[in-house]
Amino acid sequence: MKQILPLAALLVIPLANATPAWAVQTTDHAADAPSDTPVVSVGHISPVMDQGRYFHGILDEFEGRYAASGTDFRWDGEAWYGSDYNKLWLKTEGTLERGRLHDGDHELLYSRAISPYFDIQGGVRADIDDGPTRTWGALGIQGLALYQFEVQATAYVSDRGRFAARFEGSYDFLLTNRLILQPQAELNLYTKSDTGRQVGAGLSDVDTGLRLRYELWRKFAPYIAFTYAGYLTQARRIAHDHGEETGSLRLTVGIRSWF
Amino acid sequence: MSISFPQRSGLTRRRFINGLGAGCVAAALPHPASAMASASGIVPAQASSLWNLTVDHTRISLDNKSLNAPCIGGSVPGPILRWQQGDTVSISVENRLRHEDTSIHWHGVRVPSDMDGVPGLSFAGIKPGDTFTYRFRVHQSGTYWYHSHSGMQEAQGLYGAIVIDPVHPDPNQCDRDYVIVLSEWTDVSPMDMISNLKMQDDYYTFRQRTAASFPKEAREAGNAWTALKDRLAWSRMRMAVTDISDVSGVIYTYLLNGHAPDMNWNGLFRPGERVRLRFINASSMTLFDVRIPGLEMLIVQADGNDVEPVPVDEFRIGVAETYDVIIRPQDERPYTIFAQSEDRTGYARGTLAPRQGMIGTIPPMDPRPVRTMIDMGMGTMKPGETMDDMSMPGHDMPTMDMPEMSADHTEHMHHMGPMAMPPMEVDDPGLPPLNVENQNVAVMPVDRLGSPGDGLEDNGRRVLNYKQLRATRPGADPRPPTREIILHLTGNMERYIWGFNGRKYSESGPIRLKKGERVRFTLINDTMMEHPIHLHGLWSELENGQGEFRPYKHTIIAQPGSRLSYLVTADVAGTWAYHCHLMLHMDLGMFRTVIVE
Repeated sequence: MKQILPLAALLVIPLANATPAWAVQTTDHAADAPSDTPVVSVGHISPVMDQGRYFHGILDEFEGRYAASGTDFRWDGEAWYGSDYNKLWLKTEGTLERGRLHDGDHELLYSRAISPYFDIQGGVRADIDDGPTRTWGALGIQGLALYQFEVQATAYVSDRGRFAARFEGSYDFLLTNRLILQPQAELNLYTKSDTGRQVGAGLSDVDTGLRLRYELWRKFAPYIAFTYAGYLTQARRIAHDHGEETGSLRLTVGIRSWF
Repeated sequence: MSISFPQRSGLTRRRFINGLGAGCVAAALPHPASAMASASGIVPAQASSLWNLTVDHTRISLDNKSLNAPCIGGSVPGPILRWQQGDTVSISVENRLRHEDTSIHWHGVRVPSDMDGVPGLSFAGIKPGDTFTYRFRVHQSGTYWYHSHSGMQEAQGLYGAIVIDPVHPDPNQCDRDYVIVLSEWTDVSPMDMISNLKMQDDYYTFRQRTAASFPKEAREAGNAWTALKDRLAWSRMRMAVTDISDVSGVIYTYLLNGHAPDMNWNGLFRPGERVRLRFINASSMTLFDVRIPGLEMLIVQADGNDVEPVPVDEFRIGVAETYDVIIRPQDERPYTIFAQSEDRTGYARGTLAPRQGMIGTIPPMDPRPVRTMIDMGMGTMKPGETMDDMSMPGHDMPTMDMPEMSADHTEHMHHMGPMAMPPMEVDDPGLPPLNVENQNVAVMPVDRLGSPGDGLEDNGRRVLNYKQLRATRPGADPRPPTREIILHLTGNMERYIWGFNGRKYSESGPIRLKKGERVRFTLINDTMMEHPIHLHGLWSELENGQGEFRPYKHTIIAQPGSRLSYLVTADVAGTWAYHCHLMLHMDLGMFRTVIVE
């Protein structure tokens, strides 16, 4: 954790400075170029509100994954507060399996908009669940890729000098304007195994789903899905040795909602 | 004559009639729930130079949407103000809102800048409990309107019509004269709209292309592969062809003189009479396409200025524009005024009839428009094509960067000869950057003044376009411009940020003009939406090919992917607002100040 704090601090510092000069594209002959002598408005009233800050949260997954052997409960959500350029994110996910919480992953990130569709994000991640706790520094990118895929790629470095990476993607396929089919996948990679957390070196685990949601209204959509969560490569052997399930396809029911 | 609209006590029928003069006795009294004094659309019998207006919150329910609306005298729209050209008018505005400042801006009216009513620029706004008295000489005549420039009050009901009588006999004098105010009504607060759009840009759009709509598209395209390729191309660009209106009929009820469609506003006529309709688009986010099935409309005025009459079947009215039309219904039957929103998610409607209570037939709405590569500023390119794919002999990329002279400009050059042309300063920002605040660059912007607009081309009706507007008198300032200011209209729909030249308001400086300077403003719309651009305080003379008879406007629709220009004489000193009149676009950055010094 000690190594991570300075990194996190470094990433959070730009929050204090809402719009650094390098964010503004200057053009040589624009009649409305930024002025050295700002015009003071009467009564210091801004005629518009283009520096607003907003607060939103979304639960993408809030679901029960059914199986004869027992039903898992999983959530995956995030919330953000901030402006067009600078946002503070809280992301959290986890799975409750037979009374035990695992895959508990919580991140606090600062994000900075860098292009029309992409933000860079950096901060800390803590794996907190019923397994051993791990902490990581995080640096990643999130945005809307070509063909309107939502993508995230994040690299992590742990307090023990290990590295990890996560790739996430989803796509909204509109069957109708309210009935939406969403394939989604999350992949985790690690440089070293961590048997206490069922983590194997290399491609370690995958969590994927095909969700069919109906937007009763924009912010509330129940869904049914097929989800698959499983360990891969070395992690699969570790799980097998522990006598655990190595992967399962499940019928899933859940709710997607946001504010 | 002084009209006072008292607070809370409500508006009695008697006061209503007193206030507006006897002329409105025959008028339909609106649904009592809305208690709207101005809802008859009838212009007050006489002009007055003295007005007292009271701004207060009033609980109004329309179409089951209840809102504590900031409005004047409990009425949405507010009272119709009738002035006389040449008079000095005095309007006291009392703010009885509890915790909010207010203001009134006289849209299109040429006033000293401290009377323009923009908090932060003209004055400090009107604090709760305070009264501010506007006082200015009325130089012009025609149809205008007023609205709040504080908070987002204009989206919630703080607006109304202005009719200014000309000093000289009005060539468009008619047997009957109605104001037709088009607007929206919703119980969703504008702040919530912005917040929702920041999270999901298509929040209010439920007309997107889907799997279910694919067979229809495939039929229209000829085969499935073409339709699929088109979809993939747009999806690759991360754009939606169905991106027409940011806020739609999903939450809006569209109003005609404060009447929801089911309330059916009524206007009376006798067959054979000439009826003048003064259309005002007082909405905050909606362009309307207006027609009266069965009647030809004669466009006689645009933005308060008389134009040579243009007979049309339909016209598009941008937010904040006004059009006066004359109709001459001959038959003893009801006619429907039908104003459908550009995205076809709803309509405002009313009935003109020989007798009270008649109901006109409501026509079906037209198909919703879809955006094309023209709207993306890609000219005639096909979706998926890039500039590199185009073989354009003698037209290489770098020239796109250079300030191109518009056709009209070239015309000037021919007229005057190059020697008479003063050296021209061009403020050209170059192509806007693709950055957080801008997602598209119109590489081949085209002149779209001859187009009636997306969704109206080739619809089988005679639809007005900007090229048809010809002033009835030559422009007051014959000087050619000495400076050209090129501005790109930019935005990022995905992040819901708007601006000019890839910057929002708070990151930009003012546009400075010298007093008396003659300037050409050239707008290049890099976004795929229409932007009704409004310059306060000064006229915008649209260069539409009508030479010295170019129309004087206060609000000009810049069509998506288009390039247009207009001339401005900076004849009144002060700090002026300059912005897109789609209210959310303005508030999220498509706003500048123009300082005349």
